[in-house]
Amino acid sequence: MTKSDLILRLAERNPHLFQRDVERIVATILDEITAALSRGDRVELRGFGAFSVKHRGARVGRNPRTGESVSVAEKVVPYFKTGKELRERLNAD
Amino acid sequence: MADTITRAQLTEAVYQEVGLSRNESAELVESVLAEVSEALVRGEMVKLSSFGSFSVRSKGQRMGRNPKTGDEVPILPRRVLVFRPSHVLKKSINDTLVEAGGDAEDTTTHPDSPSPDSSTP
Repeated sequence: MTKSDLILRLAERNPHLFQRDVERIVATILDEITAALSRGDRVELRGFGAFSVKHRGARVGRNPRTGESVSVAEKVVPYFKTGKELRERLNAD
Repeated sequence: MADTITRAQLTEAVYQEVGLSRNESAELVESVLAEVSEALVRGEMVKLSSFGSFSVRSKGQRMGRNPKTGDEVPILPRRVLVFRPSHVLKKSINDTLVEAGGDAEDTTTHPDSPSPDSSTP
């Protein structure tokens, strides 16, 4: 399922909305999550999962092709932990 | 300090941005999460461009250990969800880090610069 599939599906189920409204709803949600993570905040969506950021310190890495050492700057990576309910639903046989 | 964002803030953002009622905004936030969850439960991959993709991975059975007792116990085959952030998401998160880090750098990269005390004659 892609973002446009998601929008089409939501538009079908909400015939009173314009498709452009559905597009804005999806974009607003994703933008809001992105903005929160950019501030270093956590996004907790019970039953679905939680987004947070993890800090990775600067380190000396290696170019795997040449074996040369390169310094890798510190960075922040987004992290998602699946919620309990979704984890259980994925495994409900 | 890091705050926690929940459905309430997402609902508020949708309410402000799209102009539906608060109730309907809340329902739509829920529908978005429900559609994504249902696709994943069906085993589909969900790709949200410029945000990231969720995929379901099947893991085989392996032996684990109860860390408290040391007993060997089988970990049953299961399906786990993997989130791969897009480059756009990683970039927007790190762009703000660079700005914040830039401020810190000003004070740390010039240890030799005279402090206000030592510069006064």
